[in-house]
Amino acid sequence: MSNITSHDQSWRAWLMTDAPTSRRHARLANLYQGWLTLRGNSMAMFGLGILLALLLIALFAPLLSPHDPFTQSLSNRLQPLGSEGHLLGTDSLGRDILSRLIYGSRITLYIVALVALIAPVAGLLVGTVAGYAGGWTDTILMRITDIFLAFPRLVLALAFVAALGAGIENAVLAISLTAWPPYARIARAETLTIRSADYISAIRLQGAGALRIITKHIWPLCISSLIVRVTLDMAGIILAAAGLGFLGLGAQPPSPEWGAMISEGRRFILDHWWVATVPGLAIFTVSLAFNLLGDGLRDVLDPKDGSQ
Amino acid sequence: MTALTIKNLNVWFGAHHDRVDAVRGANFEVQVGESFGLVGESGSGKSTILKAITGLAPTWSGDISVEGTPLSGAKRDRAFYKTVQMVFQDPYASLHPRHTVDQVLSETLQLHGFKDIDTRVVKLLDDVGLGGKFRFRYPHQISGGQRQRVAVARALAGEPDILLLDEPTSALDVSVQAEILNLLTDLRDEHKLTYLMVSHDLPVIGHMCDRLAVMKDGEIVEVMDSEDLRQGTAKHDYSRSLLAASAAA
Repeated sequence: MSNITSHDQSWRAWLMTDAPTSRRHARLANLYQGWLTLRGNSMAMFGLGILLALLLIALFAPLLSPHDPFTQSLSNRLQPLGSEGHLLGTDSLGRDILSRLIYGSRITLYIVALVALIAPVAGLLVGTVAGYAGGWTDTILMRITDIFLAFPRLVLALAFVAALGAGIENAVLAISLTAWPPYARIARAETLTIRSADYISAIRLQGAGALRIITKHIWPLCISSLIVRVTLDMAGIILAAAGLGFLGLGAQPPSPEWGAMISEGRRFILDHWWVATVPGLAIFTVSLAFNLLGDGLRDVLDPKDGSQ
Repeated sequence: MTALTIKNLNVWFGAHHDRVDAVRGANFEVQVGESFGLVGESGSGKSTILKAITGLAPTWSGDISVEGTPLSGAKRDRAFYKTVQMVFQDPYASLHPRHTVDQVLSETLQLHGFKDIDTRVVKLLDDVGLGGKFRFRYPHQISGGQRQRVAVARALAGEPDILLLDEPTSALDVSVQAEILNLLTDLRDEHKLTYLMVSHDLPVIGHMCDRLAVMKDGEIVEVMDSEDLRQGTAKHDYSRSLLAASAAA
């Protein structure tokens, strides 16, 4: 036992050192410091816990769900919460709501992951190039951004989906297309302050080109605030996806997408409230988890808070 | 041979009625191997001359030539970066907050096209008096003096002939200032460097430089030997008042 403790201690000492011995060591030590800060924030850990649980549920959906999410049983429709064999009841076609929720987590994660990959990357690219290049490039890129920003998000997404056709992929694409402009604005604002910093002048004096400066020197400093913004936006993205599903422009039946589930349950909301409420609570929980984690990540990642 | 020739240099910022003339009609030459100082109050245009040389202040007129090669505009070629390097004033601002010392130096070496990067990083750290234990630290893990040593190492990485020093010690504690100045003196002897040093601190310039130019309101009022500075025999009124102020302090 004491042997294990001392082993733990040496690992900790190795990670906490202020004199790392290799590139990998320095990076790990830095990550560990960030992890310690994040661990100190109990709300963020709560959010992280929920998201990890969601990830595991999505991964092991076939093992966890008590029923097939698509099997209908009209004799068994609209069963209340806690009825036999259906913990969260059944919907209007007699499908088990719990199983549909569990399978729906896959769709939610799929949407979130795709949007999180597309929108911030596009925004980062546009924003940093505009901020660093300045002049005409800046004006043109930022006016395009303004045009996208001027439309209400859901309305623009609706227009895109209507043009591209309903479906989960097109919903993701539409949400991404409407989500990137705020990231571009943040990235540009950050770039403007970073651009005139001495360390950028210093690397320019070593003969570094614009591409290297943007990707290796500006991106690492913008990414932290973007990550924070992405986690805070996740709630909005889930809601937008749910909204599109609700309007029948996102996931198509019988897909167990949470927004589509609410939309279906809406018809019975007065007599059978749980059909719409349960997926609503799921959306709420995951959105909250992303918000809490985002708040915690801001403390860890934002260089302006002086944690670095 | 002259390392640096500045002829009738004007530098300005802004345009039309917002235009500020930061430097007006500056003339001086720095010989190879010499250490030349630029002294003046803050806002007298000393650092702006360095910015014009390095291309960081693009709006200038007049002639600047480096080792006989004239410069123009804000564009500088690779040969320029190989010849001229700069140490910035504030070591807290001149190092990338997310890059380790190793990343800073190896990227610089890579940009200058060296192949034996690992051995060179170790040698550079050694040259500036930092041991290997500093190699993988982030800037926030080292002190101001150590950061400035890293900045000096970065400037030396490309093996330049001319080093521009923009008040390299003014952001540091007094006790650390002397260390950095001694380091710079030693490095100059070792690497046969030419220094163009900007400072508002007359004793520092007197200690480091062979000759100096006194600047006031964007103009060079006097160029003198540092021997004159030590004797207190300045010709121009402003230089004399600067000397008197420095002696009083």
